[in-house]
Amino acid sequence: MTGFLTLFWEFFEIGLFSVGGGLATLPFLYRLAEKYPWFTTEAISDMIAISESTPGPMGVNMATYTGFQFGSVLGSITATFGLVLPSVIIIIWVSKFLEKFRKNKHVEEVFYTLRPAVTGLIASAGCSVLLTSLFHLDAVEVVSLENISSWIGVKECILFVAMLILTKKKKIHPIAIIVIGAVIGIVFQF
Amino acid sequence: MNILWQLFTSFSRIGAFTFGGGYAMLPLLQQEVVEKRGWSTEDEILDYFAIGQCTPGIIFVNTATFVGYKQKGVLGAIFATLGAITPSIIIVMIISSVLNGFADLPVVQHAFGAIRVVVGVLIYNAVSGMWKKSVVDKLCVCVVFVAFFIATCTTISPAWIVFGATVFGLFLGKMGYKGGAKQ
Repeated sequence: MTGFLTLFWEFFEIGLFSVGGGLATLPFLYRLAEKYPWFTTEAISDMIAISESTPGPMGVNMATYTGFQFGSVLGSITATFGLVLPSVIIIIWVSKFLEKFRKNKHVEEVFYTLRPAVTGLIASAGCSVLLTSLFHLDAVEVVSLENISSWIGVKECILFVAMLILTKKKKIHPIAIIVIGAVIGIVFQF
Repeated sequence: MNILWQLFTSFSRIGAFTFGGGYAMLPLLQQEVVEKRGWSTEDEILDYFAIGQCTPGIIFVNTATFVGYKQKGVLGAIFATLGAITPSIIIVMIISSVLNGFADLPVVQHAFGAIRVVVGVLIYNAVSGMWKKSVVDKLCVCVVFVAFFIATCTTISPAWIVFGATVFGLFLGKMGYKGGAKQ
């Protein structure tokens, strides 16, 4: 029982201190691996692979996976609840504040520059997704025009352009687009 | 009860189809929360992202808590959050108990090779939508590019970019600058 409490507390701490995105939990997981016999540091790379190839936020997937290694279903739930509890409390508190001050002059001033900044952040994340999915830059030592055929993903680029045109012409539900993507990937051996 | 259930199912649906971390859920959020349910505006989603970026925790979970709270208080926040994390918990539990080496299966790798590409398309479309909403004048264009540049070319944490934009906004306000947002 105390083991579960420790697990809950450790993930509560991760939830409280990992600011900004799933990969922010990584250093904490390394520390856990050193501190407890729950899993090894080598297992962390498996965790990342599983978390990235399953849907959902990475942090939640990592907590579920780690918790499962510790104590199957109950372990998963304990770790995940520990992880999200701090942010739920904080966001509820911020929500109250936000509703009260939404029409405040300073809050409006802040959001005027904040929204474009977030747009820039998301664009940057989108670029890194595209860079890794359209090109195989790690397959070659030097990227040059001469070995272009070995680092450019032809199938991927065709799919990208085709999907871009398709979604511009017709409004398709994002879930349908992801399912279509998965099927194309399996059929055409991406 | 009905709205609580809707919050739960909507966020489950987003959670079940978000691949590849925080920002990939943006197109799904726009579809479910903004267009289908009308729970938030696009601007509010951006605000939640900005706040989620500099508060602890996972951005998707934070956004779910925000939307849920706005609809139905603390109970709404809890239902939306539970909805957001339930699919991951179930899927990861199944995969870690049944399949060893799931991520190495050829079929999974093929599927993901293409899923990443279409997620890129989805993010591209989402960003162009956000651009229309958030970029109201030339100064905003500069802010987008500066944030993009810092996020892409440096290892500075996004939390600092959000913090910098906040300070800049307050500074402009103090200088009496009237942004396009106040038209």
